[in-house]
Amino acid sequence: MAEFEPKIVAFVCNWCTYAGADLTGTSRIKYAANVKIIRFPCTGRIDFMLLLKAFANGADGIIVSGCHPNDCHYTYGNFHARRRWMIFRKLIDFAGIDINRISFNWVSAAEGARWAEVVNTTVETVRKLGPYENYKQVALSIYDQEDKTHE
Amino acid sequence: MSKIGVFVCHCGENISATVDCEKVAETISKLPGVALSMDYKYMCSDPGQTIIKEAIKEHNLDGVVVAACSPRMHEPTFRKACAEGGLNQYLCEMANIREHCSWVHPRENSTTEKAIDIVRTMVEKVKRNAPLESIKVPVTKKAMVIGGGVAGIQAALDIANAGHKVVMIERDPSIGGHMSQLSETFPTLDCSQCILTPRMVEVAQHPNITLISYAEVESLEGFIGNFKVKVRKKSKSLDEKLCTGCGLCTTKCPNKKIPNEFERGLGFRPAIYVPFPQAVPNKPVIDKKNCTYYTKGKCRICEKVCPTGAIRFDQPDEIVDIEVGAIVLCTGFDVKKPDFFPEYGYGKYKDVIDGLQFERLASASGPTQGVIRRPSDGEIPKKVVFIACAGSRDPAKGIEYCSKICCMYTAKHAMLYKHKVHEGTPYVFYMDIRAGGKMYEEFVRRAIVEDETQYIRGRVSTVYEKNGKLIVKGVDTLMNGRLVEIEADLVVLATAGVANDGAEDLAQKLHVSYDSYKFFAEAHPKLKPVETNTAGIFLAGACQAPKDIPESVAAASGAAVKVCGLFANNELTREPLIAIVNREAPPLYSNCVGCFMCQTVCPYQAIEREEVKDRSGKVIKTLAYINPGLCQGCGTCVALCRSKSIDLLGYTNDQVYTEVMALLND
Amino acid sequence: MKLGFYPGCSLKGGSPEYRISTFNVAEKFGVELVEIPDWNCCGATAAHNMDKELSLSLPGRILALAEAAGLNEIVVPCAACYSRLTVTNHELAEDTQLRENISTIIGMKYEGNVKILNIIQFLDKYVLPHVEEKVVKKFNHDVACYYGCLLVRPHNILKFDREENPQTMDNVITKIGGNPIDWAFKTECCGAGLSVSRTDLVGKLSGKLMIDALDRGAEAIIVACPMCHSNLDMRRSAINKYMNRESEIPVIYITQAVGLAIGLSEKEVGFQYHMVKVKLKEKPITENLVVKKVVQTEPTEEK
Repeated sequence: MAEFEPKIVAFVCNWCTYAGADLTGTSRIKYAANVKIIRFPCTGRIDFMLLLKAFANGADGIIVSGCHPNDCHYTYGNFHARRRWMIFRKLIDFAGIDINRISFNWVSAAEGARWAEVVNTTVETVRKLGPYENYKQVALSIYDQEDKTHE
Repeated sequence: MSKIGVFVCHCGENISATVDCEKVAETISKLPGVALSMDYKYMCSDPGQTIIKEAIKEHNLDGVVVAACSPRMHEPTFRKACAEGGLNQYLCEMANIREHCSWVHPRENSTTEKAIDIVRTMVEKVKRNAPLESIKVPVTKKAMVIGGGVAGIQAALDIANAGHKVVMIERDPSIGGHMSQLSETFPTLDCSQCILTPRMVEVAQHPNITLISYAEVESLEGFIGNFKVKVRKKSKSLDEKLCTGCGLCTTKCPNKKIPNEFERGLGFRPAIYVPFPQAVPNKPVIDKKNCTYYTKGKCRICEKVCPTGAIRFDQPDEIVDIEVGAIVLCTGFDVKKPDFFPEYGYGKYKDVIDGLQFERLASASGPTQGVIRRPSDGEIPKKVVFIACAGSRDPAKGIEYCSKICCMYTAKHAMLYKHKVHEGTPYVFYMDIRAGGKMYEEFVRRAIVEDETQYIRGRVSTVYEKNGKLIVKGVDTLMNGRLVEIEADLVVLATAGVANDGAEDLAQKLHVSYDSYKFFAEAHPKLKPVETNTAGIFLAGACQAPKDIPESVAAASGAAVKVCGLFANNELTREPLIAIVNREAPPLYSNCVGCFMCQTVCPYQAIEREEVKDRSGKVIKTLAYINPGLCQGCGTCVALCRSKSIDLLGYTNDQVYTEVMALLND
Repeated sequence: MKLGFYPGCSLKGGSPEYRISTFNVAEKFGVELVEIPDWNCCGATAAHNMDKELSLSLPGRILALAEAAGLNEIVVPCAACYSRLTVTNHELAEDTQLRENISTIIGMKYEGNVKILNIIQFLDKYVLPHVEEKVVKKFNHDVACYYGCLLVRPHNILKFDREENPQTMDNVITKIGGNPIDWAFKTECCGAGLSVSRTDLVGKLSGKLMIDALDRGAEAIIVACPMCHSNLDMRRSAINKYMNRESEIPVIYITQAVGLAIGLSEKEVGFQYHMVKVKLKEKPITENLVVKKVVQTEPTEEK
């Protein structure tokens, strides 16, 4: 049986983590191919509903990563992201969503090796957790009931 | 239906070695909305860029995706190419299939699949890109320099010489700052005032510079290119147009026993005074706190003797409004009074002084005309002990950081002392010697070798007075901790450099951030040392961190160049990737409910309140409005907005949600 | 008014005059000093040099005994005992685990309710408020107040007076009509426990401070620590040897000075136990007694 390959979406900030991932590439460090990156100017931009959208569309795991505290290019967007995460995490945990599938990190533009490490660790964790069917099924069933005129 | 052009780059072998570029191009070509999908060896080359420009015209493309390296690398290149091809540059995006894909994965199907996913995501995003124009903000080509020390003087002269108008605001009656108090400067031992005063005069006489002394910033409004500053011109009790600077009033003033701030308390000055003979402007001011007329209602002798009748006792403070396009902060530093080390006896023993007081003793125009004398009895000291790090590098009682200049000025003091008192012996108690500038280490060596300064590595535990001498008890750690006791005639403490009085207030008025030591914060400690996080406000000199004269001057010139860069155009162009608050037709006007949570989180104070009024002028709604001149496009307000009324151009909700969906669905 | 009292080894052994003068002064101000029952040695320097738990258990037991006996405020005249007890109080308050360990070792629980006063704090609180009315003979002498090493350090635990140029003892002397001189050795080491093993070093260290006191015209040295007293008094011959001159100025406990001022006899303050005879010259009483003020450059309270 083919090994389960998790699908992981990474929401990263342009100034630190995206640059860090670029550095991983420049350094030719190899890591798992399961993670695909979406670029934002700042983690402060990340509306956490996006994370749920990702799960609803079949993501098995999520990485959110930005600049280290105090290093944010926009001074404190990452602090806001962190605050949001603290509350959001409790809320979705209460709702029954598996928060072990979401990995919140700080990776700076100089940490190419660390990005690879974050990716590999998250892929292995999610691989062990298996495919994430629950949320997708609930979300899709709601879509089915929706009025189709909103296409 | 969109017409997106997709160009997959091989990047030589960098991408094609692990990703099947032809397959990517072929798969993408099947997506709805893709008018053209091709691969090519080097997209960033001239022929590569020509291909894009021609394709735009030929296929009437309304969007371009270049699947190649990181956008951090070539986004500007391809955006420019698209602009030249007639397509709005913000309709061009890059899909990173090199750094994030081909370079980090082996040659496998999954790698090519990942590349396809990445390109597809960007194609879906670009379908939702809107054409954007760079934002233009008008610029007032006038700069304000706050602070008239050597950094402020340098910045003002550089900007003025570049042809722009400058207003310099200085809170003391004269410009010059601490550099004018120094006797000689290291490492050249140039006479400090000799090299500074010509510059001070140049500032006063420069046609492009308006000098306002004895004035402070009252408030600031506005944004980069468009600042409105209210300046309080403190009353000098003088009509400056009539005053000739003859100085008669200062000689006739009967109230002569006021401790002189310029001499750091080592001398006196009258109530109507010019801070020092070379002051610029060389006109007196009346010290209202000590003047007999202001405190008791008597005297007025200065008024009587003034040949031009320039004294104005009832002159009020004046608030003036000044419009400028950029501000340079050069407010400098202060020397911390070392009385928090009671064991050194500062304040208790007259002959324990600080570094700046020693400068005044050594200075030819100082209270002792340049002869080093003990403050207590005026005798010439035969043994002087200099204590370095008296306050710096001390988390327990003083300040934690290193004040940078003390090792150098202590060596200088020892040398000056020895040059003036040939039979004297200078001692320096030090922890380390920090002499990192050009010719600095050689300078310290001169103090040790040529001027026979006794450097003792160790700290001083107490200084106490006995029989008119100061007993200094310290330790010599290089001699195995041997206790050292010196009977000194004079003790000089190299005290810490700290943020100037009032720095915190000024920073708050200007919305400039500062650190826990009240030094102003630079935008990036390595790469942006002369900018602040507030667009249009720059920093130079010791107000940012303790620094010596060459560094202050360099920073001032750096800040001046930033200002000139700002003024190089009549308008500021900024990337339009900013946030905007939704606006609708009446009666809704906007989804915004006016909660202004966004205003509290914006790091750049870019969000304002806009009042929507009806025909009679009554306010119907107050909505959030984002100033396009200030918004830096972080998007924090976007994610935070509860009514989802704010969107970020370039990363709209539409675009971003589409990316997520496209990434996961084939 | 009842207060707990911890004499320690010295007040019962080599420094009976400190005990006698303290008791007699306390009595005159209506304070009954109750010795903590079954008290043990505080451990002093020996214990904290050897074993941390021992150094905390010994004072811990004393504090527990005081608490159990209902003595919530205790006076500890010896500076070393004061230091050990206060440090122990502080450490047990900070660390619950440690408190439990020590409780197990000493077999008693300590809730942390005992307040420890050194001799100066005791005088400040119970004597000075009423001393002016009780003074019958002003202690009109120029004296050097010697605080020694332990009375004011470490500041962040003891929170008493200030480490550099302390003033509290000087204040007591002023209140009884005396004249505390400004001198440079207020908190310098007297030689401490080297009294027996290296008496020559005690001679040197105590000698240095004696020189400064003599040069500044001190008629006596006032102390609040039995160790200091012993080094300056009992080891006077070693001091004289170091200084190469004879010195006759006496070493007087602060409580003895107060006792003299309120009319206690020389016997009642215990001068008979001193090695260096206490002979204080009477000064002519003048109307304008000038008390030299010391310039204070930092506040006396804790920051």
